[in-house]
Amino acid sequence: MAEQEITLMKGNEAIAHAAIRCGTDGYFGYPITPQSEIIETLAVLKPWETTGMVVLQAESEIASINMIYGGAGAGKRVLTSSSSPGVALMQEGITYMAGAELPGVFINVMRGGPGLGTIQPSQSDYFQATRGGGNGDYNVIVLAPNSVQEMADFVDLAFELAFKYRNPAMILSDGVIGQMMEKIVLPPMKPRRTEEEIMKECPWAAMGKRGGRNPNIITSLELQSEVMEVRNIHLQEKYKQIRENEVRYETRECEDADYIIVSFGSAARIGEKAIELAREQGIKVGLFRPITLWPFPSKEILDLAKGKKGILVSEINAGQMVQDVRLAINGALPVEHFGRLGGIVPDPEEIVEALKEKLIK
Amino acid sequence: MANDIISPENLVYQKPKLMNDTTMHYCPGCSHGVVHKLVAEIIAEMGMEEKTVGVCPVGCSVFAYRYLDIDWEEAPHGRAPAVATGIKRLWQDRLVFTYQGDGDLACIGTAETIHALNRGENITIIFINNAIYGMTGGQMAPTTLIGQKTATCPYGRDPEIHGYPLNITELASHLQGTCYVTRQSVDTVASINKAKKAIRKAFESSMQGKGSSLVEIVATCNSGWKLTPPKANEWMRENMFPEYLKGDLKDTTNL
Repeated sequence: MAEQEITLMKGNEAIAHAAIRCGTDGYFGYPITPQSEIIETLAVLKPWETTGMVVLQAESEIASINMIYGGAGAGKRVLTSSSSPGVALMQEGITYMAGAELPGVFINVMRGGPGLGTIQPSQSDYFQATRGGGNGDYNVIVLAPNSVQEMADFVDLAFELAFKYRNPAMILSDGVIGQMMEKIVLPPMKPRRTEEEIMKECPWAAMGKRGGRNPNIITSLELQSEVMEVRNIHLQEKYKQIRENEVRYETRECEDADYIIVSFGSAARIGEKAIELAREQGIKVGLFRPITLWPFPSKEILDLAKGKKGILVSEINAGQMVQDVRLAINGALPVEHFGRLGGIVPDPEEIVEALKEKLIK
Repeated sequence: MANDIISPENLVYQKPKLMNDTTMHYCPGCSHGVVHKLVAEIIAEMGMEEKTVGVCPVGCSVFAYRYLDIDWEEAPHGRAPAVATGIKRLWQDRLVFTYQGDGDLACIGTAETIHALNRGENITIIFINNAIYGMTGGQMAPTTLIGQKTATCPYGRDPEIHGYPLNITELASHLQGTCYVTRQSVDTVASINKAKKAIRKAFESSMQGKGSSLVEIVATCNSGWKLTPPKANEWMRENMFPEYLKGDLKDTTNL
């Protein structure tokens, strides 16, 4: 029963608890605001004494992503977390993981940028997360939680997807979700996999060539262009499968709506209030929330938009996801953007005003 | 009959069991081939064939994984000690080593090297120091000697412009996390035997959880140095050995 206990905690703390509970083998990270509670909570909980999970503070974000590159290549469930400038440093490791097809999970609790920017919340790393971010043609599975509950639930989901497709997966959160406190039900305890289970689940892993099998070599290198092209085509086919099978989203009050607000993560929480306020004023508005930012629910947005009058994409950035929505809609409807910058979180009233000003007029 | 002497009891040397039949891509006279052979022999002698993960580098030895019949992970430039940390922390009963050149380890990977050694990760770092960037075509490395000519210091390394040679191994010997720090070479049979003992001691210390080991091999790059293999060995002895003194710099292993 204790496993179903409802408790109150911060989004960052929820990540730490969920990591231990979902059988994570190792966390390697580096503190940065606004997500330092993840490593701090793990340090307090001492999972190495209970589940055997390794927790290590690396010397940099570059080292921590490479530690998870090492651990993931050796078949383990490994996790790292950071915030925007730190995730920028991790891009080298992420592209190597995509190239070597490794199933690591990393969390970006976004803050405002560019550069050192601000420690206040933002959603301005959307492009970096959904376009690959590092060098080469690749994609990372991106999950966008909008609550403390989803922060916890998405850790296991990210691992499941990462291992299913042998691809890095990212939880793209922000300073609002990381810092706010909500009640949550912690996921049930799941044991860490045994060596035999890892060998079975990850026959490709470099963990010592047990039982006289051929060596496993984890690499993204291939100097022969003809072979490299085949590898790239294989990756693109895998991404196509992920696009077909793993799109996740949520809708709210869209059936009778004339207008749709499209928002993700914390902006979607504000969007929930905005549609309520709009409906009080007699404007029928619904909310579409992409949960997977890559793969993006393009077809689902287009289907939903039929018969509507316009879409407002509300994000805490200068207009990034709006490009994906416009691509999805392909000119069938007016698509406008509203966002605040510099770490300022929009008010629901501002969103309704923007809707009236940009779309209803 | 000559064939009479080719019998098992007369066999004094053979290709190491773990060396694959891969066509050697290293230049004739390069030290990599010898060091690969030593690593292959030691892993087999320790009976660790099924429990070893090598972390291979960038640069000339980027294809190290083609030569040794063990599991490998390819690390991004300089990050091998972090990759090895992840593997060893999560598989504590495995033999985990990195194989890195001077550009990899002493330049872009300085932070990862120093911090992995200082944390006392139970890994071995094999450091091939040939004072030049081999694969990219002979540019200046952190270990390039003062006055040495390379593609990016064609008039010789000038400390006023380029700074001084970086002596990573001396630095490592001062770190509390290291248990064995040594500098060797593979230019003669005697030095090859010493290098083999050193790598074996490092591997054994890693498996016994004594801390980090660093084995520097002062090595030749006859292509980068633009010298014949015999001349490269001579140049190394005359110029590199006085700057990079051979021998154990630290040994707290009691092995």
